[in-house]
Amino acid sequence: MKNLKKRYRYSIILLKELVRTDFKLKYQGSILGYLWSLLRPLLIFLILYIVFTKFLKIGSGIQNYPVYLLLGILLWNYFVEVTSGSVNAIVGKSDLLRKINFPKYVIIFAISISALINLSLTSIVIVVFMYIGHVTVTLQSLWLIPLIIELILISTGVAFFLSTAFVRFRDISYIWEVLIQAAFYATPILYPLGEIPASAAKLLILNPVAQVIQDSRNVLVTKQADNINTIYGGNIYIWLIPTGLTIVTVTLSALYFRNKSRYFAEEA
Amino acid sequence: MSDDVVIKADGIYKDFILPHERVGSVKGIFTGMFKNTRVRKEKQHALKNISFEIKRGEFFGIVGRNGSGKSTLLKILAGIYQPTRGSVMTNGKLVPFIELGVGFNPELTGKDNVYLNGALLGFSSTEVDEMYDEIVGFAELDRFMDQKLKNYSSGMQVRLAFSMAIRSKAEILLLDEVLAVGDADFQRKCFEYFDKIKLENTTIIFISHDMNAVNEYCDRAMLIDNNEIIAIGSTADVTENYLKLFSSNVTKNNSLTSKRWGDEAAAITGVDAKFENNKIKIEAEVIGRTSIESPNIGFRLRDLSGRELIGTNTRLENIKIKKLPLNKKTVVKWEFENFLKQGEYNIDISIIYRHDTVVADWWDGAAVISIKRDHHSPYMIDPVYKTVIKY
Repeated sequence: MKNLKKRYRYSIILLKELVRTDFKLKYQGSILGYLWSLLRPLLIFLILYIVFTKFLKIGSGIQNYPVYLLLGILLWNYFVEVTSGSVNAIVGKSDLLRKINFPKYVIIFAISISALINLSLTSIVIVVFMYIGHVTVTLQSLWLIPLIIELILISTGVAFFLSTAFVRFRDISYIWEVLIQAAFYATPILYPLGEIPASAAKLLILNPVAQVIQDSRNVLVTKQADNINTIYGGNIYIWLIPTGLTIVTVTLSALYFRNKSRYFAEEA
Repeated sequence: MSDDVVIKADGIYKDFILPHERVGSVKGIFTGMFKNTRVRKEKQHALKNISFEIKRGEFFGIVGRNGSGKSTLLKILAGIYQPTRGSVMTNGKLVPFIELGVGFNPELTGKDNVYLNGALLGFSSTEVDEMYDEIVGFAELDRFMDQKLKNYSSGMQVRLAFSMAIRSKAEILLLDEVLAVGDADFQRKCFEYFDKIKLENTTIIFISHDMNAVNEYCDRAMLIDNNEIIAIGSTADVTENYLKLFSSNVTKNNSLTSKRWGDEAAAITGVDAKFENNKIKIEAEVIGRTSIESPNIGFRLRDLSGRELIGTNTRLENIKIKKLPLNKKTVVKWEFENFLKQGEYNIDISIIYRHDTVVADWWDGAAVISIKRDHHSPYMIDPVYKTVIKY
């Protein structure tokens, strides 16, 4: 353990400082500062909540729809923050890369951790909403831990791929901008899975992010939230597909990143 | 690798593929696929067959013209670039100091930048806490630490950067052109620091254009030109070779800096220069073509970096030449005791007339004289001293 700490000492020091710098830069010059990381998702949530419950009347059948919706948005936000934030991560640091040799994965980890801190901060709001809505926390809620880990893995995996590919192919940023928009609608964030055709639901839930969101809602908010298990009629092995996808993505992307990172300094 | 050798470069080649040749977008892949003409891959050779060893505690200079490949080499040593071929082995903690302020962010305050830069150099925030006052003190920036870095002058930035860099407990320090900025006082501090770490057996690799600094501080040096090693060895030899790179332009005719001009009313027909018994003898043979009034014939010596050092002419010497005989050779001789340091010097000869307003013939680099001394002085002027010590 001590050896391990020594080996990764530099990476850990660097990681801490990059995360700190990122926060300082992000909220510099804004009056509300850190509060914005809380306010921004809340305001977006508010807009979506009003549109979907008052005008479209989609979530009305679901217990604690506000918490249900907010949880989905926050988890999705994490995914977007990590992936979209990573596209330009390596190229944006090209100046630094040309001056000093350091483990490049730290850059991606820093983004992932910054987003995770944001997620934890905003979770406070969820706790408040849950208290207001009398949502009871059960032992089952502990499932959130592996679910969040899965979300971190899939997000960081995609981030590794995007940041590396962007070094060579600058089209990636535009492609990802469109894809993430499409993915937002292809993920059951706003609508309950029960309201779309069963075949479509079966396909969409295989997306690891969708699976994580629905499972989280299921264990934390309401059993009304369909998860991959209920959609596939109680088949527990079906979980292997999204989790397997996550592991494959993160492994391949990390290898791709590691392979190319030797040349980031001259190509980025 | 023996324990003494801290850096061993073995046959390093580095090629860069020129950026405009690269496929920069996904579209490029598709359009490139259907094109019959193969994508030209024009390689730029940045380094060719570079091999050398540096021993522990050595102060090693790397010199060369702009674009010769010095910085690329330093980046390969630092592990920032990968060599195309060949290998680099390093033995010990290496800290590169490639440019001013690694990772400095203009939007952050000086203080925040210290912590960020410290992290890049491998210091945890508690370690930076401990040495913060020292860093700021050395950089002499106490009053500015809460200001954003973008409001710093470049000299202030490099002072802060240098103050950080010297905290790093490097066993091998790579320095690229750091002394070019900063005022005299800062440069003095740098050299004091060099003296200090030299005693601590730190190995320093130092890229510079300042031949005096290289001569004074480096134990050995290496000259890179056209991406290859031209000379490696004693600093005196290497710096002399470096200066010759520039002089070759002067002595060659028709090159950009070798010049000869005038209205040809008189001409220099021959120049001879000798160095004997620490005496310099210069002979210029001139010839008059048309009759000119009060001609003034002179010479001057320039060192290989072009500095005009000494010279005189007949007017300064109060010698009046009434007329230059037409179409007949006239010889002017100068002889004087040498007090210049060892090296090669260019001799320029001139004939001017009409109260020094018209040039008849002016020949820069008409000859080269090689001055040999029994020692190598870092100073330009090196008279024969008589030193006496009384106990």
